[in-house]
Amino acid sequence: MTDTTNTEPATPPHSQWYDVWHQFKAHKGALLGGIIFLIIVFGVFIGPLLWQYDATYIDIRARNQGPSLAHPFGTDQLGRDLLARMMAGGQTSIAVGLTAMLLALSLGSFVGIIAGFFKKLDGPLMRLTDLFLALPILPLLLVMMMLFREPLSSAVGPERGIFILIVVAIGVTSWMPTARIVRGDVLALKEREFVLAARSIGTSNKNMITRHILPNVLSPIMVSATLGIANAIITESALSFLGLGFPPDFPTWGRLLNDAVQYLQDYPERVFWPGLGISLTVLSVNYLGDGLRDALDPRIRGR
Amino acid sequence: MLTFTIRRLILAIPTLLFISLVIFLLLELAPGDPMAQVPLTVPPEVKEKMRLALGLGEPGYIRFYKWLVQFFWVEPQILFDHMFGTTFAEGKQRIISWQHRGPVMDVVVERLPQTLWVVGLSYIVGILIALPIGIYSAYKQYSLFDQAGTFITMIGYSIPPFFTGPLVIVLFSVNLGWFPFIYDTTHEVVDWDSFVYQLRQMIMPVMVLALQTTAQISRYMRASMLDNLNQDYVRTARAKGLSERVVVLVHVLRNSMIPVVTVIALGLPAIFGGAIITEQVFSVNGIGAQLIGAIQANDLPTVQTLTFMFAFLIVFFNLIADVLYGILDPRIRYD
Repeated sequence: MTDTTNTEPATPPHSQWYDVWHQFKAHKGALLGGIIFLIIVFGVFIGPLLWQYDATYIDIRARNQGPSLAHPFGTDQLGRDLLARMMAGGQTSIAVGLTAMLLALSLGSFVGIIAGFFKKLDGPLMRLTDLFLALPILPLLLVMMMLFREPLSSAVGPERGIFILIVVAIGVTSWMPTARIVRGDVLALKEREFVLAARSIGTSNKNMITRHILPNVLSPIMVSATLGIANAIITESALSFLGLGFPPDFPTWGRLLNDAVQYLQDYPERVFWPGLGISLTVLSVNYLGDGLRDALDPRIRGR
Repeated sequence: MLTFTIRRLILAIPTLLFISLVIFLLLELAPGDPMAQVPLTVPPEVKEKMRLALGLGEPGYIRFYKWLVQFFWVEPQILFDHMFGTTFAEGKQRIISWQHRGPVMDVVVERLPQTLWVVGLSYIVGILIALPIGIYSAYKQYSLFDQAGTFITMIGYSIPPFFTGPLVIVLFSVNLGWFPFIYDTTHEVVDWDSFVYQLRQMIMPVMVLALQTTAQISRYMRASMLDNLNQDYVRTARAKGLSERVVVLVHVLRNSMIPVVTVIALGLPAIFGGAIITEQVFSVNGIGAQLIGAIQANDLPTVQTLTFMFAFLIVFFNLIADVLYGILDPRIRYD
């Protein structure tokens, strides 16, 4: 007779997040992307504390210099240190990316969960999503920037006004994909037994959403978060590049690129760094999202 | 299928009306004054008359209605008159630009060919590059080619056109001097040399836009091919003794193209949006540049008309994608 009492598993039990991390580690590109993204974030936020020059300090005698030990990235047409400007610009670009992503994500998750959970609201909310998807985003963003720049700048100050405007504009025009994905997942979850079980012991709608539905749709939300950051950074840079973003003396990566393009014939190398900053950040975040998608999908995990 | 198409067409009308209303209401909030450029010596009552002449005296809903009539009724008549020499639109009010004091549509018709050439050509080039890449990387999944393809498409996704644009300008115009720096819109093709010049000045904007298209479409093509390569009918085709070439390029490819064709239709409006930036980088004098110019000059009728045209493109191609999907895939039945 075999011994049935010994049912101990061969390996010690570990949490779900350990599994996720284990799978994530296996994706080399995603791991590298995550590390590079962290390096960029730390670099732009901690770097200015260590670096001697201020991003707005004008030294007209040192203008248009090439790379040197004092100015590793060179200086611009007003003698401002480009490394300091890159770090200051990165702070704004990444801050815009993260905040706009959070706004789009909360809007999208809210609409998606409400539409998936309450049958009556599903139709109207999804029609609304379709309508938003049919809007021409870039032209509308440009129009919004043109219209609300002046009033908001005078109300809360030029930099903060534009920051709020850009974040809100990007947030309200990019929540639709998240809403669609989340709704689909919620619709599938609602048919599962554990939801029925929770319902049968009298769980209220509010608890149902916060305790049972939300934790289970967390993985698609996290994946669209990474895509949202990339999208928001590119959009902000595009607006700044077109001259309709932050004011000229306020550095962001898109703005620096725009400045560099104006001096393209004389100092072509100046285009390189801001463009690299944008591209590297977006590339690393995209890889991060790719790995996260694999790691959070239990059907792929463990293979 | 026909009823579905008609239903979608009817559904598109309220969508378009809603979008035009949103754009109109947004522009209603504009603080800019079209009279700001008028000299100070002009007395206020004359200014008021000029304002009325621009149609600004009416309440908002009447102006919205008039814009709708002008866009959907008068302008098509103008087009019809122009094509067949009739006089339906004689003496009717058209949408007037505040910037040029002429009809908006005349400027659009002037600018559209440049955009269409650059955008259209880049889309075709992008698709032609993307399809073979997608097919081959799916066929040789996880091979070196596939890995490299994945990396290049990731880069195509991540590097925005306002960086690749200046980058190729620095490389090919400033350093190597192969291609002209600025797109010359007045250039006319009359002989072989001018044709070569036109080709040379188009290469850079077209390739920059095509990179974005290639990245997207090749991803979809690869995924769709992978879905189909493991199907039973592929094994049957191989078992029948068909050559590998026929199996992949006829049986699998035709079925894999179904979702890709709809993605191609859906992506076209987005490429027009991307053209706004590319036109700015290469100084192409297209409708994207017109939109930016109108926004900076506070020319609201032009902004309204152009933005709506972009929205119209999106709705129109969404519809085409839906209908195409139903036609190509006999399993999809909408009714």
